[in-house]
Amino acid sequence: MESKLNLDVSVIEEARRASRAVAEEVQPFIDEHTTVSVERTIARLLGIDGIDEVDRPLPNIIVKHVRENGGLSEGIAYWIGNAMVETGKTPQEIAEAVSREEIVLTEIPAQNREDVVRAITTKAEQMVEKIKANRQHREEMIDTLGEGRKPLLYLIVASGNIYEDVVQAQAAVRQGADIIAVIRSTAQSLLDYVPYGPTTEGFGGTYATQENFRIMRKALDEVGEKVDRYIRLCNYCSGLCMPEIAAMGAIERLDVMLNDALYGILFRDINMKRTFVDQYFSRMINGFAGIIINTGEDNYLTTADAVEEAHTVVASQFINEQFALKAGLPEEQMALGHAFEMDPEMTNGFLLELAQAQMAREIFPKAPLKYMPPTKFMTGNIFKGHIQDAMFNLAAIWTQQGIQLLGMMTEANHTPHLHDRALSIENAKYIFNNCKDIGDEIEFKKDGIIQQRAQKVLGDAVDLLDQIEEDGIFKTIEEGRFGGVKRSQTGGKGLDGVFEKSETYFNPFIDLMMGGDQ
Amino acid sequence: MAVEKVDLANVKPYGDTLNDGMIQLSFTLPLPYGEEAKEAARRLMLKMGLEEPRVDNAMDLGIGYTYFIVYAKSSHSINYNAIKVPKVEVERMSKEEVEEFIDKKIKREVVILGACTGSDAHTVGIDAIINMKGYQGHYGLERYKGIEAYNLGSQVENEELIAKAIEMKADALLVSQVVTQKDVHINNLTNLIELLEAENLRDKMIVVCGGPRISHELAKELGYDAGFGTNTYAEDVAAFVIHEMLERNMV
Repeated sequence: MESKLNLDVSVIEEARRASRAVAEEVQPFIDEHTTVSVERTIARLLGIDGIDEVDRPLPNIIVKHVRENGGLSEGIAYWIGNAMVETGKTPQEIAEAVSREEIVLTEIPAQNREDVVRAITTKAEQMVEKIKANRQHREEMIDTLGEGRKPLLYLIVASGNIYEDVVQAQAAVRQGADIIAVIRSTAQSLLDYVPYGPTTEGFGGTYATQENFRIMRKALDEVGEKVDRYIRLCNYCSGLCMPEIAAMGAIERLDVMLNDALYGILFRDINMKRTFVDQYFSRMINGFAGIIINTGEDNYLTTADAVEEAHTVVASQFINEQFALKAGLPEEQMALGHAFEMDPEMTNGFLLELAQAQMAREIFPKAPLKYMPPTKFMTGNIFKGHIQDAMFNLAAIWTQQGIQLLGMMTEANHTPHLHDRALSIENAKYIFNNCKDIGDEIEFKKDGIIQQRAQKVLGDAVDLLDQIEEDGIFKTIEEGRFGGVKRSQTGGKGLDGVFEKSETYFNPFIDLMMGGDQ
Repeated sequence: MAVEKVDLANVKPYGDTLNDGMIQLSFTLPLPYGEEAKEAARRLMLKMGLEEPRVDNAMDLGIGYTYFIVYAKSSHSINYNAIKVPKVEVERMSKEEVEEFIDKKIKREVVILGACTGSDAHTVGIDAIINMKGYQGHYGLERYKGIEAYNLGSQVENEELIAKAIEMKADALLVSQVVTQKDVHINNLTNLIELLEAENLRDKMIVVCGGPRISHELAKELGYDAGFGTNTYAEDVAAFVIHEMLERNMV
């Protein structure tokens, strides 16, 4: 693609090099550690599911059990495998026995290591095959049914009741939605377990549970057949259960996951060590499952100013890209985020928005960029809001964004009503169709406002990335020099769930998912 | 000002002629698109006391439901003279006036803590009031001379907020609540006051809440000193806090 912004390729290369160095510096830490959530994920991927009589998930019970007996640094897979060889039981049966306190995994005599590895690997391969089959099934459905034209229309449902969500989601699809995201209940990101079963109550959203995933998947497949396009399902792979949600999504054929390397640290005060380890495994799973990840750069702009902090967005996109590549997630699955959040009162604000969106497009040509709508400057004046959303849609089609999270004119008023979505889709379809090839037709003036703005923001981003490379990401975040939030290495939630791996630590999925075959 | 004199005892909506009663509405009925659905919308308007309803637009929402844009005339009128709304009674001040007031009358640093409490993760409101940058050109409290402001951010438990308030010797607490689904904010706001009372701290601090669904009336009912809704800026909150401090002799 020819640069419309006259961006200096060597500056982009420098930004990538610095970001790679930032990610690489953290990798040894990631490789040497595991977390309770990573281990619970492995338990889930080995087929362990369900709850005990007081609603405790079995993956939590078995991991806690091994942890309390001092064995977690070997990896949960080892203990389950050891028990499988000794007892001939399945991982699920073993977890149930543990929950009934019938066996103590760490007291089972050590079996032949090769037998243990074989037992676990065989079980792991079954799950990996299932996930691979899901990926193929998705590809086949897209081939037969087709899919929406880009930018894909991304709509949110958030009633709190999964069955009500189904009604709203199917209506949105019939109106034109291509992606349905089920917003999670407030604060689910801070739960250190994943709730179980279908749920009908939530605050500001619906709990992410495997059963809820299954219910919505089925509903979207059904309505997709009727409207003749594949409908993608999105959820939130963030918080203390980041990799577990990834596993559940891979098993239930979700297509899109919010999944950011730094978001939890900065905006949910989750410990950074925990997050770095968790994000790695979650992205490995998402990468393998063919799931598109959405990164959360828009969040910087809800707290910071979109004009002054634009370079933070770009820097974060570079860092997210490198962390994702480290976990084997291809560029085509990286929906790097940004947002249309400049003050509408600003003279030529739209030009700066265009510069930012076009810059992301040019720097990350393969990424299906995820564009977030205005929220911060939505006022309750729905009529003005509808126009702000129209401007956002214009910027998106102009700069060929991949995924368009549709703005609602009632943003700041309430979670969307049925007709709010319909009007929003009508708005986007009108503009996307009416301006379809505007990006190919119109070039930007040399050294004009748009070009100069993009060059300046990229330049500032490189300076920031060079600085982060020099200081390291840990120190940068500790000193509050990224995203404007200070987080200490020993602070935040979830640090007590981080463990050093032993020499013989064992996670069968790393080889199976990272060893090519993608 | 308009030419004709409005009868304040009998006020009606205005479209293009005084007392025409004109109202615009939009809503969805769970009925399939068609003439019967439009008639249903019209009859609903009549039942609501709206005259001459006109369905100007009807849109099929795809699942057997229909969306309407309707104009109609209100048959009712309102006596404006009889209306009394409880409000935060404090004169508007600028940032400079607030700073001067603190300098001259309070004569010490005012410590203000803000947080989005409970499960609420939406910091837009508290950020607009506290953070240096402020909102729409109105600087936040962090930038005020004479005010020491701390933004504790989102998902702060009430207990944690109180512990911080004691530690920082806070003069005022600002609590922001954006998520109001299933009245979660009411429980949360009530709980904070109960905890403060249990700790015998309620009278030692000015406690204020804010958010798009918060009114002064609701705030007073829940035991707060004031409540601020939309279109509130840092200087409005600051003006209330410093006047209240002076009145309560917290200088």
